[in-house]
Amino acid sequence: MQKTIIPFGPQHPVLPEPLHLKLTVEDEVITEVIPALGFIHRGLEMLANIRDFHQIIQVVERVCGICSMIHAMCYCQGIEEMMGIEVPLRAKFLRIIWSELNRIQSHLLWLGLFADSFGFESLFMQFWKIREKILDINEATTGNRVIVSVSVIGGVRRDLNSEQMRWILEGLSWVEDEIGRLETTLLSDYTVKKRTVGKGVLPKEKAYELGAVGPTARASGIAQDMRLLGYSALNQFDFEPVVETDGDCYARSRIRFREVLQSVNLIRQAKSIIPQGETRIKVQGRPEGETFSRVEQPRGELFYYIKANGTKTLDRLRIRTPTFANIPALITMLPGMWLSDVPVIVLSIDPCISCTER
Amino acid sequence: MFKMTPNVLKNLFSQKATRRYPRVVRSPFESARGALINDIGQCTFCSICALKCPSQCITVDKKAAIWRYDPFACVFCGICVDACTGKCLHQKRECRNPVGERETVLLQGELKQKNEKKP
Repeated sequence: MQKTIIPFGPQHPVLPEPLHLKLTVEDEVITEVIPALGFIHRGLEMLANIRDFHQIIQVVERVCGICSMIHAMCYCQGIEEMMGIEVPLRAKFLRIIWSELNRIQSHLLWLGLFADSFGFESLFMQFWKIREKILDINEATTGNRVIVSVSVIGGVRRDLNSEQMRWILEGLSWVEDEIGRLETTLLSDYTVKKRTVGKGVLPKEKAYELGAVGPTARASGIAQDMRLLGYSALNQFDFEPVVETDGDCYARSRIRFREVLQSVNLIRQAKSIIPQGETRIKVQGRPEGETFSRVEQPRGELFYYIKANGTKTLDRLRIRTPTFANIPALITMLPGMWLSDVPVIVLSIDPCISCTER
Repeated sequence: MFKMTPNVLKNLFSQKATRRYPRVVRSPFESARGALINDIGQCTFCSICALKCPSQCITVDKKAAIWRYDPFACVFCGICVDACTGKCLHQKRECRNPVGERETVLLQGELKQKNEKKP
């Protein structure tokens, strides 16, 4: 059959951010994919050479519009390790609480977008209605809905009293109930299964070879979760990485659904073991040396390389985001699939292109 | 039919999930970070806010006692509020209203009088 090249263009109704894929199609079956990135490159890493290293927290938060708290936490952890600062234990627990709230919010956003990708708009609206509760919790406790700006080098800027904690847990119980009502619609509906089961299969050996991270790897059976490294007091929590074995789009959506419930459980654990104490210590001096920092973003493993030379500005800041590591996996998932499955498969790796291109 | 009917009845008689914005507006939470206000009478023009601002939207002229602020570059992070030594900067709960033209906020404080030398 004759080959046609169809651009899955930068502008597409299903994509949250611009990504260009050149699909070589033979009779509606895809045979080859060539990606092209670079539509929203903003050059944020260059700002690290111009601004003070305290001001970079605000810059780094805006690399991603959905998972911003976790970027700030990774950066602060790297600088604190370089300068040898010991953050108070209460601040570590508070960072966990806010980053798990961020994870719930990000997964709910993705679940809505995923439902929208195969045309199920009412389910999309239901998931985003539940997400509004988490955004209200963010606004009431930190001041802003998504870009919360609550991490600083040396701790956190705000505190949570017991009244606020109780209110947060009430809100999370409501979220759990509402999600439970939507579970059968998302995971057991005949039409949803027809669109997602068996699509975009990534075998376990391929996932390991290509370096897939996050839910994309965990859906293929690799039990890799950066939270097991135990950063920021996570070694005091009790949880297991959520793993599935099928490796298709259905497994990936099931994992993210279960991770919402896992994050609610983590916040409950945090409330029961959080110690009293101060939330912030004064920081003096300048960083010097180089360091690595890894945390678990909703999309996978986030990796920071920071190099400083003792002045106010950093020498080099390099950010490797999980979507960048998942794009080779995406390229191997697509051949053999039909053209109408492309939006579902592209969304199933949770692409955050603004993170990838910074 | 038995699965759909309870759903339909519940949706008919329950509260709406949306509000009729902009006629009905939810008031923001207490510690929400909104518009930035400077109480110029208390300002000491130490320019710490200008040094710490991540988006460099504040300029301070100590000699002329001028505090200049670009609300369109500001990201409303609140770092200037935390760092302010004269406790004159604070943030309202509500965000700024939309305007038709870009503007810069320029506040003039009292010029300090030099002390007269004793003969």
